[in-house]
Amino acid sequence: MTPRHRTVVWSVARHLLLLCGAAFILLPFLWMISTASKPQTEIFSKSIHFIPHSFALWDNLATAFGKANLWRFLLNGVVVTASIFVLQVLIALPAAYALAKLRFAGREVLFALVLFCILIPPQATAIPVFLLFHQIGILDSYAALIVPFTISAFGIFLMRQFFKTVPDDLIEAARMDGISEFGIVWRVMLPTAIPALTAFGIFSVVAHWNDYFWPLIVLNSEHLRTPPLGVAAFRNEEAGTNYGPLMAAAIVIIAPLVVAFLLAQRRFIEGITLTGIK
Amino acid sequence: MVAPAFTLMFLLLLGPLLGVIALSFTDYQLGSPSFSWIGLANYRDMFGDRVFWLSLRNTLTYVAIVVPAAVALGLAVALLIESGSSLRSWYRTIYFLPVMATLIAMSIVWEFMLHPQFGLINGLLQGVGLEGFSWLQDRRTALYALCVIGIWQALGFNMVLFLAGLVSIPRQLYDAAEIDGAHGAWARFRLVTWPMLGPTTVFVVVITGIRSFQVFDTVHVLTKGGPSKSSEVLIHTMYVEGFEFFRSGYGAALTVVFLVFVLLLTLVKSALTNRGVHYT
Amino acid sequence: MARIELNGVRKTFDSAEILKGIDLAIEDGEFIALIGPSGCGKSTLLRIIAGLEPQSAGEVHIDGVPVDGVRPSARNLAMVFQSYALYPHLTVFDNIAVPLRMRRHSALARMPVVGRLLPERSRVERGIREDVERVAAQLELSALLRRKPGQLSGGQRQRVAVGRAIVREPVGFLFDEPLSNLDAKLRVHMRAELAQLHRQLKATFVYVTHDQAEAMTMSSRIAVMIEGDIVQIGTPAEVYENPGDIRVAEFVGSPKINVLPGLVRADGGLEVLGRPLGLQTSAPAGRCSICVRPERVEPGAGSGAISGTVAHLENLGAEAFVHVKVDRIDLPLVARVNPDRQLPTIGSAIDFAFPASAVRVFDAAGKRIEVVAPVRSERVREKALG
Repeated sequence: MTPRHRTVVWSVARHLLLLCGAAFILLPFLWMISTASKPQTEIFSKSIHFIPHSFALWDNLATAFGKANLWRFLLNGVVVTASIFVLQVLIALPAAYALAKLRFAGREVLFALVLFCILIPPQATAIPVFLLFHQIGILDSYAALIVPFTISAFGIFLMRQFFKTVPDDLIEAARMDGISEFGIVWRVMLPTAIPALTAFGIFSVVAHWNDYFWPLIVLNSEHLRTPPLGVAAFRNEEAGTNYGPLMAAAIVIIAPLVVAFLLAQRRFIEGITLTGIK
Repeated sequence: MVAPAFTLMFLLLLGPLLGVIALSFTDYQLGSPSFSWIGLANYRDMFGDRVFWLSLRNTLTYVAIVVPAAVALGLAVALLIESGSSLRSWYRTIYFLPVMATLIAMSIVWEFMLHPQFGLINGLLQGVGLEGFSWLQDRRTALYALCVIGIWQALGFNMVLFLAGLVSIPRQLYDAAEIDGAHGAWARFRLVTWPMLGPTTVFVVVITGIRSFQVFDTVHVLTKGGPSKSSEVLIHTMYVEGFEFFRSGYGAALTVVFLVFVLLLTLVKSALTNRGVHYT
Repeated sequence: MARIELNGVRKTFDSAEILKGIDLAIEDGEFIALIGPSGCGKSTLLRIIAGLEPQSAGEVHIDGVPVDGVRPSARNLAMVFQSYALYPHLTVFDNIAVPLRMRRHSALARMPVVGRLLPERSRVERGIREDVERVAAQLELSALLRRKPGQLSGGQRQRVAVGRAIVREPVGFLFDEPLSNLDAKLRVHMRAELAQLHRQLKATFVYVTHDQAEAMTMSSRIAVMIEGDIVQIGTPAEVYENPGDIRVAEFVGSPKINVLPGLVRADGGLEVLGRPLGLQTSAPAGRCSICVRPERVEPGAGSGAISGTVAHLENLGAEAFVHVKVDRIDLPLVARVNPDRQLPTIGSAIDFAFPASAVRVFDAAGKRIEVVAPVRSERVREKALG
């Protein structure tokens, strides 16, 4: 074999292998779309076909929206993820700035605490936080969904690392201009941190939009359900019968993030793999 | 400036962390007016409970299958993508999709795909003349079906981390290897790629490990730990004890066991990192 | 040892032509420097010689044998990279041993566990150990063999890279800006070491650099590359004294050669700034560039040749440079003077001149124009300057 032949053979093999893997990855997505587009009779037929004979996606979507309050779930998802992110930024940014740029006693200890807190998995604190919320009576509320995540040790760490790279001169110039320390955080540091903040925002939104464990624990009321909880409840109610609308509901739940991802892939991959810099 | 952050940190992270450890030495149950310190009784109960051991064994099995598979496949896909120039970003996007898609929604899709009668998987198997399974309802297969979903979901994340690692390997090292006589893909991989990926690999293994120990969503939606506890895993047991039976003390003890494993993984990571997998 | 010959080597990336047909014969045992501004294609040319990149057209011969399609390692050339490209996970010993292991062990013997079971492996390893230790001793690396590259200084890493190159006794060495990551002091020191190494090994050295001082001090010949072409090849003295192209004249030499706007009159006489230079040429009339090296400019040369004002002074101790602003010229002229003399003050008026023999003339396209001084040149010059 000449080198040229070898490259051609290798290139074909590469695509073959990657396409096989891609088929495995895409199979659930394709099957979901396929099933959501089929009428009941086709879903419960023994023959496998991806393209529906009669197209029933709109019917299934209509049924899904009719049976489950999907709009409400999506709205809840937006409210919860947005509140979490905004509060995380409000709380993390000043702390990150202080840890990066201010000198005060105990700074190193506090930073070590931050590093330690990054390692605490959310499941570990679930029982005590649940008891605490039970005690103060905020279970089954937006607050219960939002408050535990207002503190992001990882967010503090990330922004602190970023602020470290901002030149001291910039801050000193701001102080010379008479801007207060809090003013520096919001008017000087925040604008420089937009790229890092975007990445962290994607990381945070994706994590909490998809979170199932915590909403499952603290919620009872239907009207507060987040998207994952909503689709899971829909499935329990429709167990084993109405697969068309169920798949349509699944599409609705994953659509916002998947579409956003397809539109801004690079940013999303950056954001999600942020944990890779630890 | 640091006050709000650290108040919340103590209130919502460090406090509860200590709380969970303290709680594991009590018989507290949600709603009961009082509790008493019972020392190691929860742990004694736990170690005497068949379900705990099943749960632990299943979790370790899950980790032992998902971690090597998701790491090896993630690496393989990253290497394949990086070895050519065409369709790179297409493949990257496709493999990353499961990371973005809400796992609960996709679990429900998987459930339907694994449906004994109308599922795609059994349909395909019948197509080639094989007998299918009631995957999620069969104690022989339930855990492994969950493993496949776990691998499906984790692969793309690992791939992206490996891709980042691959890109940061200086090209001149490959040139030097070529000049030094490292012919062929395997020799180059052994001499340059694998050692240079060392830090990435350690990180990927540990993070996949930690995430696998946390497996819950798929279990809760698809099997509830069944049939007959064949897919019971630690966090699910903790959930059932702590939030369905409200045996907070016992649930806390389970949490502590989970924490120990996560801590072990973190220690492994820092030990390996300090041993010089990191180069300057 | 190797004679390397390039015939019409071209390289195109997409539609950009990086190399535009390079012909170059590198003699056996020669130390040739490829210099040029960044982006001129010199590194690409080196990578083509090494076999790391295929040329788009043309041929490379080593000792008369065409090497197209021959693997880099089989060309028996060694390469030292700008970043040294040491394997960071291997010790100094193992780094130097890599090319030997790749060559002397079978693929099976290099396998992680199985390899250790093969009987001939230990014998081969002994040979490798001897060779590595010999080279390490030669380069004064013996004490560092157990260290990893991360624990070495820049100069030490550089020596390890050289060690890895010489251990397998290649017929030729390719250097890709090997000193550019070192600080100035070390660079001067390593220049001497590399020149010494070349004398010792008597192998062919091809040395790519953008630093003309490195090329001037070490090489026996310099090939100046500009925009994908070799514009001139010659000994350092030739290239410095007789540049064939204004771009060569401007690239070689520091500080840069002075360029003055000149004119070839219809009668073949040369003028600079409206004054006759007393030089004749057969080139067609038109604009030209008059170039003079700073050390040939003589400031304060009596009865005012060209006048200007002192814009800036640089006293380097051993020498000093006077920057003179002259009307109708954008860049100041630079003259090297002996700092022992009284230096002019900034802003003061100054006159300067240069001997006709110091003048190099280039036409509007940048090509060298031959000039002759007519017989009574001295008188003409005196008249011109007077």
